Amino acid sequence: MKYVDEFRDPKQAKKILKEIEILCLEIELSEDRPIQIMEVCGGHTHSIFRYGLNQLLPKKLDFVHGPGCPVCVLPRSVVDNCISIANNKDVIFTTFGDAMRVPGSKQSLLDLKAEGADIRMVYSPLDALTIAKNNPEKRVVFFGLGFETTMPSTALSIMQAKKIEVNNFYLFCNHITIIPTIKAVLDSPGMRIDGFLGPGHVSLIIGTKPYDFIADEYHKPLVAAGFEPLDILQSVWMILKQLKNGEAKIENQYKRLVLDDGNASALDPISEVFELRDFFEWRGLGSINHSGVKINNKYRDFDAEVEFKLKEVTVTDPDVCQCGEVLKGILKPWECKVFGKECTPEIPLGALMVSTEGACSAHYSYGQNIDLINKK
Amino acid sequence: MNKKYNGKKITMAHGSGGKSSSDLIKDIFVDTFNNDYLSTMEDQARFDMPKGQLALTTDSFVVSPLFFKGGDIGKLAITGTVNDLAMSGAKPLYLTCGLILEEGFPIETLDQIIKSMQKTAEEADVKIVCGDTKVVEKGSADQIFINTAGVGVIEGDVSIHSNNAQVGDKIIVNGFIGDHGATIMQHRAELAISADISSDCQVLNHLVQKTLNLPGAIHAMRDATRGGVATVLNEIAQDSKVSILVQEDSLPIRIPTRGVCEILGLDPLYLANEGTLVCVVDKEYVDQVLKIMQQTKEGENACIIGEVFDSPKGVVALNTLFGGTKIIDKLVGDQFPRIC
Amino acid sequence: MCLGVPAQIKKIIDADNQIALVDLSGVSREINIACVLNKDYQAQDLIDKWVLVHVGFALSIVDEEEAQKTLKILAEIGELSAAIEDIKQGSK
Repeated sequence: MKYVDEFRDPKQAKKILKEIEILCLEIELSEDRPIQIMEVCGGHTHSIFRYGLNQLLPKKLDFVHGPGCPVCVLPRSVVDNCISIANNKDVIFTTFGDAMRVPGSKQSLLDLKAEGADIRMVYSPLDALTIAKNNPEKRVVFFGLGFETTMPSTALSIMQAKKIEVNNFYLFCNHITIIPTIKAVLDSPGMRIDGFLGPGHVSLIIGTKPYDFIADEYHKPLVAAGFEPLDILQSVWMILKQLKNGEAKIENQYKRLVLDDGNASALDPISEVFELRDFFEWRGLGSINHSGVKINNKYRDFDAEVEFKLKEVTVTDPDVCQCGEVLKGILKPWECKVFGKECTPEIPLGALMVSTEGACSAHYSYGQNIDLINKK
Repeated sequence: MNKKYNGKKITMAHGSGGKSSSDLIKDIFVDTFNNDYLSTMEDQARFDMPKGQLALTTDSFVVSPLFFKGGDIGKLAITGTVNDLAMSGAKPLYLTCGLILEEGFPIETLDQIIKSMQKTAEEADVKIVCGDTKVVEKGSADQIFINTAGVGVIEGDVSIHSNNAQVGDKIIVNGFIGDHGATIMQHRAELAISADISSDCQVLNHLVQKTLNLPGAIHAMRDATRGGVATVLNEIAQDSKVSILVQEDSLPIRIPTRGVCEILGLDPLYLANEGTLVCVVDKEYVDQVLKIMQQTKEGENACIIGEVFDSPKGVVALNTLFGGTKIIDKLVGDQFPRIC
Repeated sequence: MCLGVPAQIKKIIDADNQIALVDLSGVSREINIACVLNKDYQAQDLIDKWVLVHVGFALSIVDEEEAQKTLKILAEIGELSAAIEDIKQGSK
């Protein structure tokens, strides 16, 4: 596969790993702890586990799995709203597969489907629009989630619906924005992140300039990174080099796709259809100002919040959850009070146990045995 | 098929036990399955069994779509049950065929499915000796559900059990993995992808019988249907209280199957197969078993994908292309296409 | 988040609605190309180009030159390591 296999060459990886090891030894931290690099994006978390990169890297280097897994951070109230929409007899509720298992206060979309609701997994919001065209007697709702990467696709689908006058198509908009989220992590007391792997696919939309404040104001390095294993290793190497030299710069490893200014053709539909929310409630992180978008007045006819008269209900996480601390790198998953006890992948309490890419879920499944296997 | 069924649909009368029922049974089932056991039209089939241990299994088939590249629900209903018998080392002999039909199901389609069952049964050298048909009201079932049960006989002192994997054994698969699951994905209209992949749906009993010529070579064997190769490996590791280490670079995966997985964010190790087996082979016999398999059509792409270790017990791990290790866990539910 | 895969644009299906057919390892699918059209690229210019596809939308055109540059840097990181290794070996 072009542009994929070249970036998965194990021989190259070995050499870069050696370089990373050397760099790690040369970096002096003020406290006695590992160097912590946060991968903001769930896609990076997935690659790290898929290729076992976390075990290949030196012990002195830790990945902190950030808030960029839209499934992990979906608050229960949003899932509850999905369920109340999908419960309408004349609704076909369409969603990416990722959201099917996320628990609401009482049930998940998968539970509701089992009760007979018409819930369909789609690959693209355009497929949801096609379903709307083919079922004019139904109201077809698409559950829009994800960061800036996914926003152009839902925005363009709505613009297309307006253009071809499909009047039974609605978007339940739960898109979130990356910058306020990173800022919330940086502002949290006790934050111990030394550098960031920047989300490559968000960056190809927004560019790298919006990250400048991370270097300028917080003096942390960020490298916009691709998702293949060599991309990740190279980016880690770039962050470490900055740390070694005492620098904090915004760099771009993913130049084959990411431009510093982003993609105007993708940003235009976003500003055409969406506007910032005052705040958005995150699972694990709580409420973050301006961290979500909603459909603007011009396109309100396509807004599921308007059509289904949804109220903003806040369902907070259980008090015992310490997801926030884990997300910020203050606690390790197994140091949380409820990890593996009240909170397991089958019955998750907190955000990070929900998705298989969640930090806690991954540690629950992999943590206990991996060292034994590595001895072989 | 009798011309009188052209354009006709299944009605409640076809399940009533009256004339419509018996005509349908005779015209569609008995004529097609065509064997002495069934033609007697008794309430049961009667046969003598050869000497050996009996193996008995049952499986139900509810696949959607009914027809897919490389197979259909009828073919699947035979391969599924034949392969379940074959995995014990049994020689499959006789099958039953139970049908639940939704009112309004086209009789021509039914005939097509029954003919496919018979063709596959001939390939497997088994007979369909008794059956049952029920019709349910429109909306109470999705077109057609098939149940097949099968009996076979395990001859000699063959002993293949999922708790029998030994440290040092090698793991062999008979061919490319994930093709059936990837095929079904591309038939799902809402995903709108197309690729040149066919289901691996095939009977494996002849392949297995050939390997039994090496007594004691095969310790454990399962066909990797729902849940894929990963699930079968987990079952074997748990039952045998051993650890299994798989080498990612040795997994046989077709390029388009890989493509489907990349686009939809799926892991081929968990995709369903319908003609792919995982066997745990004594290390002394590995080369011979591989050679036997590679000389057959069903096993021409057979290869070693991993090895059995002592501990951690019950755990399956994958050595990634990068030399990293990850645990291959059982799935909590189905694999869904994902965006993240 | 954001699963994205590089795929090659094979033909333009519907220029008005900005729909193209892409191929990835023998898997084909119709995608929307609105985000990769601009003053430099009209639909027809995109044939045979590689794009990053996310949820049925092309989000960016792969820059072949930059891809090669990145691979070159990756190779050089390796070389540096190998050179150090050689020196160590030599000094033994």
